[in-house]
Amino acid sequence: MNPTVARLTVRGLLGRRRGVLLLVVPVLLLLLSVLVRASNGQDHDIAVDVLGTLALGTLVPLLGLIAGTGAISTEIDDGSIVYLLAKPQPRWKIIVTKLAVAVGCTTVFAALPTFLAGLILYGTTDGLAAGYGLGALVAGAAYSALFLLLGVATRHAVVVGLMYSLIWESLVGNFVHGARTLSIQQWGLSLAKAVADPGVIAADVSLPVAVPLLVVVTLGATAFAAVRLAGLTLAGEE
Amino acid sequence: MSVPSEAAAATPRTGVIHNIGYRNYTGPRLGRGYATRSLFVQSLRGAYGLGRSAKSKVLPMVLLAAMCVPALIIVALAVSTDADKLATDYPSYLSNTSTLFGIFLAAQAPVALSRDLRFMTVPLYFSRPLTRTDYVRAKFAAMAAALLILTGLPVVILYLGALLAGMDLGHNTAHALYGLGTAVLYSVLYAAVGLVVAAATPRRGFGVAAIIGVLVVSTTVAGIAWALIGGPTGSPSANWAGLLSPSTLVDSLSTWLFRLPQGDGPSWPPSNGAGIVFLAEFIVTAAASYGLLLRRYRKF
Repeated sequence: MNPTVARLTVRGLLGRRRGVLLLVVPVLLLLLSVLVRASNGQDHDIAVDVLGTLALGTLVPLLGLIAGTGAISTEIDDGSIVYLLAKPQPRWKIIVTKLAVAVGCTTVFAALPTFLAGLILYGTTDGLAAGYGLGALVAGAAYSALFLLLGVATRHAVVVGLMYSLIWESLVGNFVHGARTLSIQQWGLSLAKAVADPGVIAADVSLPVAVPLLVVVTLGATAFAAVRLAGLTLAGEE
Repeated sequence: MSVPSEAAAATPRTGVIHNIGYRNYTGPRLGRGYATRSLFVQSLRGAYGLGRSAKSKVLPMVLLAAMCVPALIIVALAVSTDADKLATDYPSYLSNTSTLFGIFLAAQAPVALSRDLRFMTVPLYFSRPLTRTDYVRAKFAAMAAALLILTGLPVVILYLGALLAGMDLGHNTAHALYGLGTAVLYSVLYAAVGLVVAAATPRRGFGVAAIIGVLVVSTTVAGIAWALIGGPTGSPSANWAGLLSPSTLVDSLSTWLFRLPQGDGPSWPPSNGAGIVFLAEFIVTAAASYGLLLRRYRKF
């Protein structure tokens, strides 16, 4: 961890109105939760629908994508990464610092709002809010690590990340059941299921599969990103 | 006796500009219309990565293939099983694949606009006869045309396949035209939404995420609102939720305009009056986006 790198990354992610833009979706989620609670009361089906599709299914991957790629790929894009790489800092330290900032960002802008939305929608009943909150936290960390790797590995990190989360996780996952085994969203859901009371949340991937995969993907992506950054070559705009 | 050196004898001379015969161009100039058309063609080619590096062709071509391959599979299945109708209707094929051309829009709308903003090339365009309106018009038309190619091609493939399989000509022609109409609706609205967001940010990555965020979050919210108002229990008024997102708006509008069977989810206006409201929202959104784009470029 390097405080200066962290400070610069935070400023790159949240500076110049971008922080306000990142707040739009969490605020929308909370408003919708208040609306649902006010009109339908404590409704399990709609609570699971809102938390599953809007929070864990949309907000978390989107924030992970913006935070994970935004932490590094914008710097690689405009070439200012060379000033950072020229400093006597080990590359893995830069990656770990940027990952920590990205994870913090998803925690504040995605996991916390998910937990709060759960509390608004369903109170503390059945541990639903805590389950989805923890699921969002862990999934957000895994997304951040994966998309940070994409940010180092390819110039089209955001688009590739989108194709993973929209096409693989949503479109393919809807039709091909096996695709869900390799979906960060489902791993988070499986963790949520384990935390909440039995039968409240449905998940397709079992916990003994999800946890090792989460750990392997997060650590593996971080390590690979450090290796890629160590041998980074800068290219011009295509 | 001293001989004056040549240098001293010659009067000191300053530089002279010789007229070596440069002439101004006095022939006909191609003018604004030509410049606008060129910008349109360049932007349209740029959306598919034509005339650019091989790397930037990969993504649009992969998405074009992803749009067309399912249509080819459907046609192949229909031909091989000797079916008398296709497995999917033309407009519903587009609503099922809206994620794909949403990603295309998110990836390519910033390519059309953000790069000019970031490298400050916009003022260079406007130092030519091209006006701000021409620029916006050319970019808008190019993005809509690029999306129309992406959405229209699978419809054409399905239609040709249906004809090859010897299916009912009248029914298929009518529905293929409905499909093309839906493709036009999608192209115009998506291009409008995508370009407004892309014009707001010079950072490409952020623009991509913002466009897809608008599309996906609004669709999810529309679905939840539909469930909230009582869609699953069959309440027709739940379909007002279709107004909340571009994809459900176009889906509902094409169902109403072309009198298609009502699908699941927020995909049809509850009445004719509602249909007019949906149409009005479509027109207002597209026109407002165009106006916003014009305003964005007025200050350059």
